[in-house]
Amino acid sequence: MPAEPAPVAAPAPGSVLDPVGPEAAQIAGLTWFMVVLGGLLWLATVVFLVLALRHRARREPRANDGGAKAFIAVWGVVVPVVVLPIVFGYSLLVGVDTSRPAPSGALTIEVVGHQFWWEVRYPEAGVVTANEVHVPVGRPVRLEMTSADVIHSLWVPPVAGKLDLFPGHTNVLSLQVDEAGRYLGECAEFCGIQHARMQFVLVAQEEDEFTEHLRALQAGPAEPGSDLAEAGREVFLAAGCGQCHRIEDVSEGADFAPDLTHLATRDTIAAGMLENTRGNLAGWILDPQGLKSGVRMPPSNLEGEDLQALLAYLEGLR
Amino acid sequence: MTALQDPPATEDRLAASWATQPGAAGWFTALNHKQVAQRFLVTAFVFFGLGGIQSVLMRWQLGSAESTFLDAQTYNELFTMHGTTMMFLFAVPVGEAFAMYFLPLMLGTRDLPFPRLTAFGWYIYVLGGVFLYSSFLFGQVPDGGWFAYTPLTGPEYSPSSSIDFWLLGVTFVEIATIAGAIELVVLILRYRAPGMKISQMPLLAWNVLVTGIAVIFAFPPLVVASVLLELDRKIGTHFYDPAAGGESLLWQHLFWFFGHPEVYIILLPGLGIVSTIVPVFARSRIVGYSLIAVSTVAIGILSFGVWVHHMFTTGIPQLGLAFFSVASLFIPIPSAIQISAWIATIWQGRAVWKTPMMYVVGFIVIFVLGGVTGVMVASVPFDTQAHDSYFVVAHFHYVLIGGILFPVLAAIHFWMPKISGRMLDERLGTIAFWLTFIGFNVTFFPLHITGLQGMPRRVYTYAESTGWELTQAIATWGTVVLTLGLLMTLGNVVHSARYGERAGADPWGGETLDWYATSPPPAYNFRGIPEIASRSPLWDTRPFRPRYDPATWQDELREPRAPVRQVVLTSVLDAVPEELVTLPQKSWWPLVMAVALTVALIGTMIDVYPLALTGVLAAVVTGVAWIWDRQDQR
Repeated sequence: MPAEPAPVAAPAPGSVLDPVGPEAAQIAGLTWFMVVLGGLLWLATVVFLVLALRHRARREPRANDGGAKAFIAVWGVVVPVVVLPIVFGYSLLVGVDTSRPAPSGALTIEVVGHQFWWEVRYPEAGVVTANEVHVPVGRPVRLEMTSADVIHSLWVPPVAGKLDLFPGHTNVLSLQVDEAGRYLGECAEFCGIQHARMQFVLVAQEEDEFTEHLRALQAGPAEPGSDLAEAGREVFLAAGCGQCHRIEDVSEGADFAPDLTHLATRDTIAAGMLENTRGNLAGWILDPQGLKSGVRMPPSNLEGEDLQALLAYLEGLR
Repeated sequence: MTALQDPPATEDRLAASWATQPGAAGWFTALNHKQVAQRFLVTAFVFFGLGGIQSVLMRWQLGSAESTFLDAQTYNELFTMHGTTMMFLFAVPVGEAFAMYFLPLMLGTRDLPFPRLTAFGWYIYVLGGVFLYSSFLFGQVPDGGWFAYTPLTGPEYSPSSSIDFWLLGVTFVEIATIAGAIELVVLILRYRAPGMKISQMPLLAWNVLVTGIAVIFAFPPLVVASVLLELDRKIGTHFYDPAAGGESLLWQHLFWFFGHPEVYIILLPGLGIVSTIVPVFARSRIVGYSLIAVSTVAIGILSFGVWVHHMFTTGIPQLGLAFFSVASLFIPIPSAIQISAWIATIWQGRAVWKTPMMYVVGFIVIFVLGGVTGVMVASVPFDTQAHDSYFVVAHFHYVLIGGILFPVLAAIHFWMPKISGRMLDERLGTIAFWLTFIGFNVTFFPLHITGLQGMPRRVYTYAESTGWELTQAIATWGTVVLTLGLLMTLGNVVHSARYGERAGADPWGGETLDWYATSPPPAYNFRGIPEIASRSPLWDTRPFRPRYDPATWQDELREPRAPVRQVVLTSVLDAVPEELVTLPQKSWWPLVMAVALTVALIGTMIDVYPLALTGVLAAVVTGVAWIWDRQDQR
């Protein structure tokens, strides 16, 4: 078995202006265009204002000046009437392009928003995971998104604009990532107490790495590799973890908690909040409310021995 | 003062009939527009202070990464209350309050058309606000955002009473706003001074007229939306519940059908204040009066066609979005016309650099930038990036603080001398202006950048690795400067009310009739009602010599035959005098009505429906008494 890379914390969010996909790239171009154009118009207005303040009429005017009226006609009517359709036209072009449905052959991934985590499904491969979305570099992806509870919104700034996850609807976000890397995904619609901590990692990887990753997820859970881990599985069941969390062939779980079948392959736990290390996992199991108040996971008071066993088991879930 | 304003040699029945009774009974039954508007103003600024304290706490939390100054729940409560307070309890009432105080003066009349409704509006505004804030006492502070999106605010995901406090309290305040709007619309259309054609009324009146009509159309949908949500919560209907065939997007449509006009309802009085102040300090008549009036109306109409631009990321099809995008891109045109008209007016005259003008100039600089980012977020693809990010936070603070707070600060410096009779300190005012202007920009400009760096709104904390700390920390320090500037203005107002230089009737060389009344104005505003024949009555002849036609209704108004409060009703377009209207002098019913409705509110809140029913019945009985019993004479 090849050495797994050490887990890393969630990446920094990229900038809207530093795009890595065609959708975000088009929008970044539009953004720069509007920033420059708008900035110039703002600057010109301020210059006119300052000039007007410094201008001293020789006497208090009795009637309105023709030049003053001409200024309104030009700066108040002609300029906006010329500029705004240009902005609108450019926006429309970008809008049509960025909202075009992904071509056939695109990879479909289903995302279900939960308070406060992301359920991720690869329907073609029959894989269910959470808080980590892997996509192949350079291939169009269709994210079919819905919500299990309240409204969420999925946003990966350098990749594409955001789209809401609605209960009772499916919204489709088409995107493509052109540079391999790890990107922070965020919830952009206020969804309750831990909205701030509802994140995920978007991993863009080369096609063969992606295929390998998916294949690993398709396999059932790893069997416990030691007696301690074996005992940990018993702890998992006895402590009631399986009431909420599904592990393939081990527990049914419930639909409001993340699937843990391949927990150890993920870089983060608690929806992007914590690096997936032994210490963080232990802290999370013992006192999730202390780390992230308002999440659904209850605290547990496991004995040290049991906790060690449980951690050994969970760490083996590759 | 001309003879028109001199008191008669005999008994002064006019002053007697307009005097407020002394003592507590007089305080609770007072109806005069200036008294009640002052209460509105003070209340609005108290709420502004509360909303401001909330924002300072939030900024402190966000000033550093992973801060533990506030916990998640508290932060969410604070941003909910900050938005709710600033939008419903400050920005809308403060605009109405200035209009209630100054429009009767500017239009040359003595009071608002329905004095008891004025008083009632203030009572339920205060009671609604107190009700909302009482949630702090019960530890049930609303935490669903000022937009209260379902299903998060529905019974399943917000089972506590916090959202009920929000829905019921806000609905109360909305009723106050609607009452005020009705008054102002009727005032502007029917109580202008004789001869003041609709094309000659001050531009502030145009702005407030459009605002009032917008309130009358925009607020009822929110009242309805709130009632539906309250029904979902209290008796188990499913209007917004997708699991039972309801639709949570419905809330967003109803909310923003109110919520976008709301932005202009806040903004338009601000634009009106600017149109009032610019000519006075430019020493020039306004350029493009008709264009400004028409573009005000255009903004009012267009504001009802853009609500979906708050919903560009909800998955509505592109074609639909394109319509709302176009409508949103129209709005800059009437705004650009107004800004150009002000610049042209300033250019045409000889600008005087005094504090009210400073705030007006600050307003233009800030507001135009907010307009530029407004065009950006009206672009659908850009909005999919900017929406619900800090870019939008920066944008709307430029629009709202620029669009209403700066004009309101200008108005304070401009009109406090009229209200208190004393001038604000100009030097202190100048320092306060620069602190406010710089503090504002240091606070909010960096947030555009944070937004483009991918920071979503409404997050109570962020990781250090995000790189957002620098701009967030700058914003927090900006808030310190901004707060200092605002506190200095407060100090200036309080200090000047007692020690300020005497203002006299017209310290600025004003253009409109408010400067014809003494400072502070008598309860009846004008002894003789001037007849008006131009847009700038006080500039046509100096000193102002209003036309006066003795031995007509004028004489009766000047020296009433009985101790009654009389105003003159005029026609809508040309302000031809039609008849004298007698107004009530005092009344307990507004207070009783407000209390009865509050009882109904509390009954609903605590699920004691007999109590709620009692309140409603008491309100009905009070309504009958209200109509029956008019104290027109003392």
